[in-house]
Amino acid sequence: MATHDATASSLTSRGPGEPELNPLAGVDFDELEKSLRRPRTLINILLSWLVAGMTLMALIPLFSVIWMLLWRGGRKLSLALFTQLPPAALEQGGGFGNAIVGTLIIVALAALISMPLGILSAIFMAQAPEGNRLASVVRFSAKVLTGFPSILAGVFAYGAVVLTTGGYSAIAGAVALSILMLPTIMLTAEDAIRMVPGKMKEAAIGMGATRTQVVLMVLVPTAFPGILTGIMLAIARGAGETAPLLFTSLFSNYWPTAGHHLSLMQPTASLAVLIYNFAGMPFQNQVEMAWAAALVLVIMVLVTNLIGQSLSGRQVQS
Amino acid sequence: MIFFIVVKIAIAAAPAVRQYGLGFLTTRTWDTNKSQFGILPEIWGTTYTSLLALVIGSAFGVAAAVFLSEGYLGWFVFSILKLFHVEFDTFWGKLPERVEQVLKNLIELLAAIPSVVYGLWGLFVIIPLIRPGCNWLHLKVGWFPLFGTDLSGPGVLPAVLVLSIMILPTITAISRDALAAVPPKLRMAAYGLGATPWETILAVILPTAARGIVGGILLAFGRALGETMALAMLVGNSNIISISLFSPANTLAALLANNFPEAQHKEVGLLMYAALILLGITLVVNMIGALILQRASVRFEGGK
Repeated sequence: MATHDATASSLTSRGPGEPELNPLAGVDFDELEKSLRRPRTLINILLSWLVAGMTLMALIPLFSVIWMLLWRGGRKLSLALFTQLPPAALEQGGGFGNAIVGTLIIVALAALISMPLGILSAIFMAQAPEGNRLASVVRFSAKVLTGFPSILAGVFAYGAVVLTTGGYSAIAGAVALSILMLPTIMLTAEDAIRMVPGKMKEAAIGMGATRTQVVLMVLVPTAFPGILTGIMLAIARGAGETAPLLFTSLFSNYWPTAGHHLSLMQPTASLAVLIYNFAGMPFQNQVEMAWAAALVLVIMVLVTNLIGQSLSGRQVQS
Repeated sequence: MIFFIVVKIAIAAAPAVRQYGLGFLTTRTWDTNKSQFGILPEIWGTTYTSLLALVIGSAFGVAAAVFLSEGYLGWFVFSILKLFHVEFDTFWGKLPERVEQVLKNLIELLAAIPSVVYGLWGLFVIIPLIRPGCNWLHLKVGWFPLFGTDLSGPGVLPAVLVLSIMILPTITAISRDALAAVPPKLRMAAYGLGATPWETILAVILPTAARGIVGGILLAFGRALGETMALAMLVGNSNIISISLFSPANTLAALLANNFPEAQHKEVGLLMYAALILLGITLVVNMIGALILQRASVRFEGGK
């Protein structure tokens, strides 16, 4: 390997030459001393400190974000926030109950759309023989889709749902989010299914199970914790997305109901869009509200994430 | 699925593409009243902010990856424990590993925070924080093109800073995997030749893991290009092409986020056109990144 040789030659050129009869005769012992006056050691230590410093600096924003959330959002938290509707321009008080409900509705719908699709295609990818063209194309597309800009999912949902149904709705938002959630579910579910020991599959086949029975009664139940992890991570990602919701489910100052029924076909509020809208407003009350909403949103996302990760941890142990 | 999305956006953009052609890419104005549309400033803003964020993000990201994969923190905690002679204690002895795990999780936590929250944080924390420093720089060294304007609020620099924090976890996670995949034999061989730890890292380990790291950086670049909310909140949304770090600018994604909710029917086609271009750029970058990563893992499995 080229790099390997380069190191070797640069070191031997500096070394003490050919050893004579006494193997230690030509060795300059000062050369071996580890001293800060030697550039090599000095650079070594300086770089170590530099890397440590940079890593710590990279963590400062994290603590700053969390601190600001707790400080500015926590101050504002109260029960009214969860039950009342957003305030008008100069009004005091108010809450974002409808945004919390809206977020839950949209994310639940998105999960309903992406779960069957994601799990079925994961089963297909995991079951397909090695080197299957279609499976590897699907896997590659899923990987590319992971880095798919979220706003383009919104553009797509706008074109596909909003323009065809003729209005902004919770469903359009859910379609946009499901596109973003799909690859996470697909890739983690595929991994989980692949992790199922081959013995279990062989045993099931040996007992005369058909392929469908193997998949439904052995593979999916065994891989279930892993699949659930993927779903939880996808939900956590979806809940935090703003861009795709901006022009699909829009925003609303009212509960997502028509008369006394839940309505999915009208503009629906969501926490993320509420933060975006309120952060740009010049009113103190709204800005405070945005921080409180951010705190609630981050807590929701982190809790979902933690649940997902604890599930996968349990799977590894069993 | 992807093809369906591309086709859908392309069809919606088709009339606008036919009407405005390539001039759309090189014109600077976006004016609904005069029906003049061009996205050159947005393309410039997107690439400029993403590239700058990439430089900062990858410097810190790779540094953090080296820090984590070389076990510095564990060593540091270990030597503190050594001072108290409890380094092999049943409880304290596990501390170094635990602390490293916590640090790794903390960096991954950065990825879990929604981007709109970063936008909020940038708006109320970063901008007030860096504004005095930036304006001082503008006064003192205003002749230097990077500091050509003063920072009056939103601008390129805050956007770049927040963006680099957002892409850092991606780079760190992927680089860390790449560094951990370097065969330990190489490291031992380098130590055996008398190289110091950092000579080993710079000359042996980083070049071996280079492909994985570059793949990670490319994926992060794709993410930075498509990132919307933080930029829409921080970048200023004005169609200016300027090299100054403090002037407001605009990006493709922010343009979409700002104009879509109130778009008229004709404007929708134009926005679809802009979306198509963004889609093209990010898909190409992502595909290259994913391909490089695939190759890198194949090489580690196969080549010895």
